[in-house]
Amino acid sequence: MAAVQWHSRVRRYVAEKQSCGLEVASVEFGDYHPLKSITVTDSKSRRGARKGSTSSSSSSSSSVAMDPLSCMMDGTDPLSMFAAASASEPHLTLPHSISSGRKEKEDEVAVDFEPWSSKRGEILARFTTTEKLSINLFMGSDKGKVAITVTGSQRELLNLSQQDYVNRIEELNQSLKEAWASDQKVKALKIVIQCSKLLSDTDVIQFYPSKFVLITDILDTFGRLVYERIWSMCSDPHPLPGTGSDEVNDTAKETCLNWFFKIASIRELIPRLYVEIALLKCNCFLTKCGIQKTLPRLTAMIRGIGDPLVAVYARAYLCRIGMEVAPHLKDSLNQNFFDLLETFRQIHGDSVQNQLVLQRVEIPVYLTLYSPAIHWILQCVSYRAPESLLTEMMERCKNLGNNALLLNSVMWAFRAEFIATRATDFIGMIKDCDEAGFPKHLLFGSLGRSLACADPPEAERLPILNEAWKVITKVRSSQDYINCAEIWVEFTCRHFTKREVNTVLSDIIKHMTPDRAFEEAYPQLQSVIRKILTYFHDFSVLFSMERFLPFMDMFQKDSVRVEVCRSIMEVFIKHQHEPTRDPVILNALLHVCKTMHDSVNALTLDDDKRSLALLINGFIRMVSFGRDFEQQLSFCVEARATFCNLEPVLVQLIHTVNQLAMETRRVMRGSHSRKTAAFVRACAAYSFITIPSLTSIFSRLNLYLLSGQVALANQCLSQADAFLKAAVSLLPEVPRSVSIEGKMRSSEGFLLDFINNFLSTLLVVPDHPEAGVLYLVRGLLNMVQDYTWEDNSDAKVQVYVSALPLLAAMSQETYLYCIPKVDSNETLYGGDPKFVAEINKLCETLIGQVLDHLKILGRDESVRRQSSLAFSLFGCLLAHGDLRNNKLNQLAVNLWNLSHKHGYCDTQTSVRTLEFIKHLAQQPNMLHISDMVQRLILQSRT
Amino acid sequence: MSSFNTNIFKSLINVSSVRELAPVVQQKETFVRERPITGEQGVSRSRRSGTGVSASLVLCTLGLCFSSRPYYVRYTLRCDMKRSLLAKDLSKTCEFMVHCLPQKAKLQPTPVDFNITPETLQNIRERSLLPKFLIRGHLDATNCVITQPLTGELVVQSSDVAIKSIELQLVRVETCGCAEGYARDATEIQNIQIAEGDVCHSLPIPIYMVFPRLFTCPTLETTNFKVEFEVNVVIVLHDDHLITENFPLKLCRV
Repeated sequence: MAAVQWHSRVRRYVAEKQSCGLEVASVEFGDYHPLKSITVTDSKSRRGARKGSTSSSSSSSSSVAMDPLSCMMDGTDPLSMFAAASASEPHLTLPHSISSGRKEKEDEVAVDFEPWSSKRGEILARFTTTEKLSINLFMGSDKGKVAITVTGSQRELLNLSQQDYVNRIEELNQSLKEAWASDQKVKALKIVIQCSKLLSDTDVIQFYPSKFVLITDILDTFGRLVYERIWSMCSDPHPLPGTGSDEVNDTAKETCLNWFFKIASIRELIPRLYVEIALLKCNCFLTKCGIQKTLPRLTAMIRGIGDPLVAVYARAYLCRIGMEVAPHLKDSLNQNFFDLLETFRQIHGDSVQNQLVLQRVEIPVYLTLYSPAIHWILQCVSYRAPESLLTEMMERCKNLGNNALLLNSVMWAFRAEFIATRATDFIGMIKDCDEAGFPKHLLFGSLGRSLACADPPEAERLPILNEAWKVITKVRSSQDYINCAEIWVEFTCRHFTKREVNTVLSDIIKHMTPDRAFEEAYPQLQSVIRKILTYFHDFSVLFSMERFLPFMDMFQKDSVRVEVCRSIMEVFIKHQHEPTRDPVILNALLHVCKTMHDSVNALTLDDDKRSLALLINGFIRMVSFGRDFEQQLSFCVEARATFCNLEPVLVQLIHTVNQLAMETRRVMRGSHSRKTAAFVRACAAYSFITIPSLTSIFSRLNLYLLSGQVALANQCLSQADAFLKAAVSLLPEVPRSVSIEGKMRSSEGFLLDFINNFLSTLLVVPDHPEAGVLYLVRGLLNMVQDYTWEDNSDAKVQVYVSALPLLAAMSQETYLYCIPKVDSNETLYGGDPKFVAEINKLCETLIGQVLDHLKILGRDESVRRQSSLAFSLFGCLLAHGDLRNNKLNQLAVNLWNLSHKHGYCDTQTSVRTLEFIKHLAQQPNMLHISDMVQRLILQSRT
Repeated sequence: MSSFNTNIFKSLINVSSVRELAPVVQQKETFVRERPITGEQGVSRSRRSGTGVSASLVLCTLGLCFSSRPYYVRYTLRCDMKRSLLAKDLSKTCEFMVHCLPQKAKLQPTPVDFNITPETLQNIRERSLLPKFLIRGHLDATNCVITQPLTGELVVQSSDVAIKSIELQLVRVETCGCAEGYARDATEIQNIQIAEGDVCHSLPIPIYMVFPRLFTCPTLETTNFKVEFEVNVVIVLHDDHLITENFPLKLCRV
């Protein structure tokens, strides 16, 4: 095909815009208009005006027609109704606090009672041993009498490790269930008795609490099984158990009685007690007040246990089952506690001491074994107990000698408010305690825990802190010290200023630094940081604490340090709303961020990198030096040096600098002074040298383009040229496929998007005086030509087609858009015919290329692609070509026909296009179009 | 001494319902030896020509043995049916229980206080070698209703040597008159621990024991046959000294 001469259609953008735009109709105040503000009636605003509610009724007219939606909703939208409903509901009762106004059924244990299940794991984790354990299961019958057992054998398992022991117990639990399931009730009972017998054995005493937990699990299972069995025997199961024994039929009653007779004949005290406690609930089948009568008897029976540790755990079990079965029977709970006090002196008796010597266990370690049981008993006792009872209990504990253990449990189990109001008394009592007994740091730890939940009277706070810290600071073992100090940091943060916190921090540093003790205490030190961060959101205060950063220096293990830095940054991003320029904050956070950044290495996961970069970006966004732009730029320079390994941070920095340049422009209202001009050039320079260090090719391309646009907007022409040139010269490097979210995708779509975006910018870029006409456009097209596009792809030609509108726009007298204070080609060439001719020549080349490609497509039988490509070129000619020119006109008609030749054209689009052309033809001076319409044949299938 | 009671079958049912736990309950089963029947009294005998039915009440009373084995008293009802030559005779035996009539009279509680010290002990060789101790206590009643537990309290006031265990031993004493005089046989039927280890001093420990259903019966006293019960409070000291205090009990059914 002979070369086509291009002639651009002359455009009058202003007129076109006016003719295209819809008529503007002003809406009178009070007229109906669908988009006028809709009144959402907020139910909250009626109850009591709250600022920031979504009510928008105030500004709009009140006579607005009713919004159909709000009509439906009867004036209240459901979301605000929910909000109102939740606001009016009282707050949930928190643990440690009891709402007196709320009446609950007394015999129900509510959510605020910490359940046993939560203690279980804690005990198992805390009381462990490395010593060898043994299980002595005497499964035969007693004293050589007749063996009636199924598994009649005596097994003694020696030298078990703790894990083996736990496994064995679990096996027993399983065999209990199996025996029960296979109707071997006797065997089941035997297993339970043997298990509970293990509880009378205090060998390897450090493990006793855990052993208790394991074995009571089995007992619980057993109790449940028996209860369910008897329950199922009741002919008509009534909804509430224990309501009365009258409905229980004789068989069930008799079976139940048999169980109790059997248990009553268990020879040894401890198994008899435990099994009977496990079956406590079954008493309700016998008589109405069965449980009520049994509880005091069992309580008294525990007095027969000589070993105080065994006894206290038996009491804990009784209290636990009692709480589950009959929480309203408080008397036996109290009696249990008073009995405990009575026998308290036994702990320091000879038999216990002898045992400890034998097992080589220190007294303080031994005493802590009691804690879980006493905690539990006291928790049961103090649950919903009146203040007077608590006071009485406390007095009793106080009067007992060597009461540190009790004191500890009182502080642990009683309501925090109760403890907090008497904090000063408690400190006095703690001080009076015997040094050799229960460790004092544990006592202060318990006190601190209560004070973290409830506030002591204001005047006492400082003396409390002083007194407590005086003791804490003297704790010798660094591990004990930090455990205690960590708890008290919360109290300090809650009530005091940075000065006190700073003192506390410096004390911690002093204790933890010798012998690198901090290495063993990272979890606690982290917790200290967390607590400080919860209370100090103002980072200027936080970092003005002298010892905060030295404290941070103690985190010397990389992973921990990064974690701490992360938590600091998270809090900063969450709570810092205003940009800051505070040098203290900046320095400190820069240090923190640098630490995070430096942790990145070749092995760091992508996700980690991303989250770290996100945190650092959050920080960079919050830095603002206000009008001091130069300072801001130098900060960015510093940040770039610091965070060079994290690409997202560099991208953020480039954006920040570009924003800075635009901000400068805004401040100068578009006309730069010499100084600001130099500054924006510096910004451009910053971007220019930063972009190449990025690896992602598309972020480089986009940033070049963006920075070029910014430079152009700031009248830095040579810089803009450099950016755009760099972008163009980067194009050949674009790989054919890029990895997106771990998948390889073709880069073609992204590349086309970028080029189109780039082309639209090129309209306003003035030609360089020393380079040729349209050298950037030419350069781009050359690159496009040389680029190795995918096989069987029309992308190259698509670029050519999309370059035509640009060239057409460039040949107009006035351009569609321009940049203030930048002379585009329109002014530079002033519509010089030579310039226009140059453009036309370029267009002709492009069209020639496209037509050649169309031919090839026709040969390759890719007619579908040919058709759509031909149609897009037709559209381009129609929109931008001057169709008065006959040759162009003929070309357009040919293209139309080509696209319809094989019937692959989208009929709907064709019909619409044709309608549009007909519409055009009716405009004045459009004769050539109407001629053309005649020749366009629509191959309709109908 | 005893009378037939219509309730016997009910009590049999009770026994069968115990079967759930039977292997444990009948701990002493192997100790039970069937005694030779020493006396047989035909209660009724009727004959008709050709076939005959004979029923006999077999009272196996007073199985007596001097090898310190317990007695076993059981009542069976046996019915024989004699049949003609070609058919085999039929025979059926049925065991039944004998319930004592509940006591009509109101039971008077008879509390007993006790003090145990080295001085109160008998049957010791050298009193001076004994450790010092003082144990007080009381039983709420020695006249016990068989369905109610034995209750009381025990306080270790002081003890030089640590206590290892405190137990309640229930003993059945059977006495039988025979040609050579009286034979007396005591059997431990239940032993219950009420304290284990060195219990806290001067804190009352409850005494509580349920009478086992199958091994106790109301106290029985006749001229030459007695079934009596005693409870021993046994205190085992750490040096394996055994201190026993004996209390005769009188069980009855109300």
